Amino acid sequence: MKVQRWTRTSKLFTGATGAVAVALAVVPLIFGPDIVQKLTNLLILVLLAAMWNALAGYGGLLSVGQQAFIGIGAYGTVFFAGMGFSPYLAMLLATVLAGAVSVPMSLFALRLRAAQFAIGMWVIAEVISILVRLDNNLGAGTGISLFQMNQFAPNFRQAYTFWMALGFTVLFLAAMFFLLRSPLGASLQAIRDDEDAARSLGVRVASRKRLLFVLAGFGCGAAGVLVVANTLFIEPGSVFSVQWSAYMIFMVLVGGLGTFEGPILGAILLFAIQTTFTQGGPWYLVGLGATAALFALVLPRGLWGAIEERFGLRLMPVGYRVVSPEKKSEASA
Amino acid sequence: MTLLNAIVQGIFLGAFYAVLACGLSIMFGVMRIINLAHGDLAVLGAYLTFVIVERAGVSAFVAFAIALPVMLVLGYLLQVTILGRSLKAGLLTPLLATFGLSIVIQNLLLIAFSPDVRSLGGSAGAFTTASWQLTSEFSISALGMLVLVVAVIVFGALQLFLSYTPAGWIMRATAEDPEAAELVGIDSKAVYARATAIAVAIASVGGLFLAIRSVFEPTSGPTQLIFAFEAVVIGGMGSLWGTLVGGIALGLAQTLGAQLHPQFSVLAGHLLFLAVLLARFGGGRLTLRVAR
Repeated sequence: MKVQRWTRTSKLFTGATGAVAVALAVVPLIFGPDIVQKLTNLLILVLLAAMWNALAGYGGLLSVGQQAFIGIGAYGTVFFAGMGFSPYLAMLLATVLAGAVSVPMSLFALRLRAAQFAIGMWVIAEVISILVRLDNNLGAGTGISLFQMNQFAPNFRQAYTFWMALGFTVLFLAAMFFLLRSPLGASLQAIRDDEDAARSLGVRVASRKRLLFVLAGFGCGAAGVLVVANTLFIEPGSVFSVQWSAYMIFMVLVGGLGTFEGPILGAILLFAIQTTFTQGGPWYLVGLGATAALFALVLPRGLWGAIEERFGLRLMPVGYRVVSPEKKSEASA
Repeated sequence: MTLLNAIVQGIFLGAFYAVLACGLSIMFGVMRIINLAHGDLAVLGAYLTFVIVERAGVSAFVAFAIALPVMLVLGYLLQVTILGRSLKAGLLTPLLATFGLSIVIQNLLLIAFSPDVRSLGGSAGAFTTASWQLTSEFSISALGMLVLVVAVIVFGALQLFLSYTPAGWIMRATAEDPEAAELVGIDSKAVYARATAIAVAIASVGGLFLAIRSVFEPTSGPTQLIFAFEAVVIGGMGSLWGTLVGGIALGLAQTLGAQLHPQFSVLAGHLLFLAVLLARFGGGRLTLRVAR
């Protein structure tokens, strides 16, 4: 009997993931701005899905208000750029701002449970949205553009933004990866499996949840920063829209709640759906809502959870597996 | 006088929120779940009434009398198909499933009725614009009075139902302890379905008032859900009469906030809600407190 972390498959796949990240870095050198912009969107979706999954999948915190951080990131960028910082420096500052805001917010929000937390976060996002609407310097209700970006030629701008998106996505996914593999990660996965049991074993549930909440604050802030850099115009109605939460819920539920790989799969699926049905439209949203509800009811751990269970497949080694000499069985840590 | 006007308006607005929130409060009290599609179901009720008005050419209240039993059945079916399943699967599943349902309802309404803004104000009779002029600056609107009276009737009727009818006792017993209720032969699934049917029917009363008081559109639901949930939380989750008080507190906060600045209306309500959550430190008392 031995306990194993790496398998052949997971070694291969983790290596391949690294290779994909490196390969993506040269995309702007080869492809036109149209494809670069689309892939930037994909990276934003991956980042958002991973962050929502960190909250809901590992912390049991279902937030319908992560658009608060997307908005803080986006409007923070416009704000700092307006103060005279270079747009890309403004993007970094805004990401830090979103993360910083999440710390005091966590003191309040993490005292709430289930529906109180979900709707409480939603109301917080609404409050921030109203405050932005009241501020004429931020364009009030009509929106504002990040015109400072015009100092860069469109091709370079797209490429820089893409690299920034790639950098953020790799950074936050790597943070999740190493977090889950650390001793801390074991406690996170224990909370995921059974919060009360974890608490009774001495896991400091509250501080672990705070860690996830702040990580998701940073990550969603980074996504918001990328949204404004990619579209160059934002308005409170869309950037603070609860639709973001709908997308995050769809990606994570379909991909696989509480798995590392699932949200990435979910993001790719949503991206494929969005690219196919370019008009969007209500039928497409009916489909998204119905699919999300169906997965919640029938396949709560999503496509990836089902694949993992069926084939014992684990591409990213974030858990442990027990291998007995006679029969290969596996258990997640 | 403007302040007195604002207070009276706030109470009327709050009575509307209380009706809207009543079903949410019932479902939380009985099943410990929050239905995130609650606002959309209220709007669905408004659209159903609207269709009947258009087709049959009757007044909004007559049309609503036809729509109400449909909404009751719809609530029952909702419980036996979706919510019942989600209840078994843990704390987050009902939220996820009803959030998906909310998106589905909104977009189906969008397909069926276009994004145009509608109102039932015109088809509810002349009295919706009538008011009692008490002094030169102070008047009481008939519609506001109606909403307040209906709110008191709805909450009073529920109280009588829970306190004096066998079906009400069964519902309270199931809310207290579903397993113990099952042991004495209560079919908790049927009780849950009845509770959801009542909740959805009352939500559609809220939808009717929304449609008569102002305007509605396919995406009106989420805002109504937020206001309803705020009313429930301000009044104390699980307390029926608390929801009426919470609704009125929310209505007062919004109209008094609007006195400071028109854009502070909704903000003031949100801040009251967050302040109440903060004061309770979130844990709160999560038991169904029904006055005997």
